[in-house]
Amino acid sequence: MIQSIAILLGFQLGGEFTARALGLSLPGPVLGFAALFFAFLLVPRLHDLMAPTARGLLAHLSLLFVPAGVGIVRHLDKLGDGGLGVLVAIVVSTALAIAVGAGVFVTVDRLVRK
Amino acid sequence: MTDFADIWSYLASGPLLWLTATLVAYLIGARLQTLSGRKPWVNPVLIAVALLAVVLMVTRTDYETYFEGAQFVHFMLGPATVALAVPLYDNRALIRASSMPMLAALIAGSFTAILSALAIARAFGVTGEVLISLAPKSTTAPVALGVAEAIGGSPTLTAVLVILTGITGAVIAAPILNLMRIRDDRARGFALGTASHGIGTARAFQESQTSGAFAGVAMGLNAIVTALIAPLVIQLFL
Repeated sequence: MIQSIAILLGFQLGGEFTARALGLSLPGPVLGFAALFFAFLLVPRLHDLMAPTARGLLAHLSLLFVPAGVGIVRHLDKLGDGGLGVLVAIVVSTALAIAVGAGVFVTVDRLVRK
Repeated sequence: MTDFADIWSYLASGPLLWLTATLVAYLIGARLQTLSGRKPWVNPVLIAVALLAVVLMVTRTDYETYFEGAQFVHFMLGPATVALAVPLYDNRALIRASSMPMLAALIAGSFTAILSALAIARAFGVTGEVLISLAPKSTTAPVALGVAEAIGGSPTLTAVLVILTGITGAVIAAPILNLMRIRDDRARGFALGTASHGIGTARAFQESQTSGAFAGVAMGLNAIVTALIAPLVIQLFL
């Protein structure tokens, strides 16, 4: 497990370094995620080694958002007078984006399979 | 014997108490979700955040003190993002075979999220910095903050909007997708990841590993798409 965590942190570190060095606007962990995927393609054994730790971590991905969520509570007043409009915009646009995204996915999938 | 108030002030200022509180609040949220028969609107993040916000308010603890403890949990977001490579690898054949529907859903979902949010907010009279800060709300926080800053929004406000969008998507996705009779785990996960970044991805992993893998890919791709299109779309609304 410690080995897997060290590898995860190593790829995150590499991602952060690359993003800074090349001035990319992508976050370091996202680059590390892409690099680790390519590493799995090259060395499939690495995947088998890391799978249990990665699955354990991802099973509780929700927990990791709690501290940031608590942080937003004190900034809710920043929504100001437009608060209602902003909240309606978030709820409706998120609902639309999910419906449109999933609808387009299944429609195109059907077309491609024909 | 030491006074309770002294013990409290010692513990409340250190990381141990608030780290424990974060884990316990999440466990309560997860337990309530199980007890409710896994109803999507009984969301563990929402419950934990609400519980902790009340506890912090009642005990007059400021966020900086809380974060001293909670930062250990927050820190794991980075390694967890890297760990998404495992479900991506497990589902690589399915993902490769789904590249056309993914590309179409990515573009449609990303544009819908940005355009509809800006149009609705402006119809309510929202303008200026608040409107601009809304544009990157569906993408993962670090990218959203960068985009907001680049187009003249407020990063702090964007952080709030990103989290609200994530929780909203996690809560409403299942009812909407069930209503639309979409049972394809790939489509469900991908739409969630596009609209609601990591919090949507966390929710998708509760449905299935496949759903989570597609959500993770969608989150990564939408980070790129949003960074490219948000600066262009916002021009239509200024």
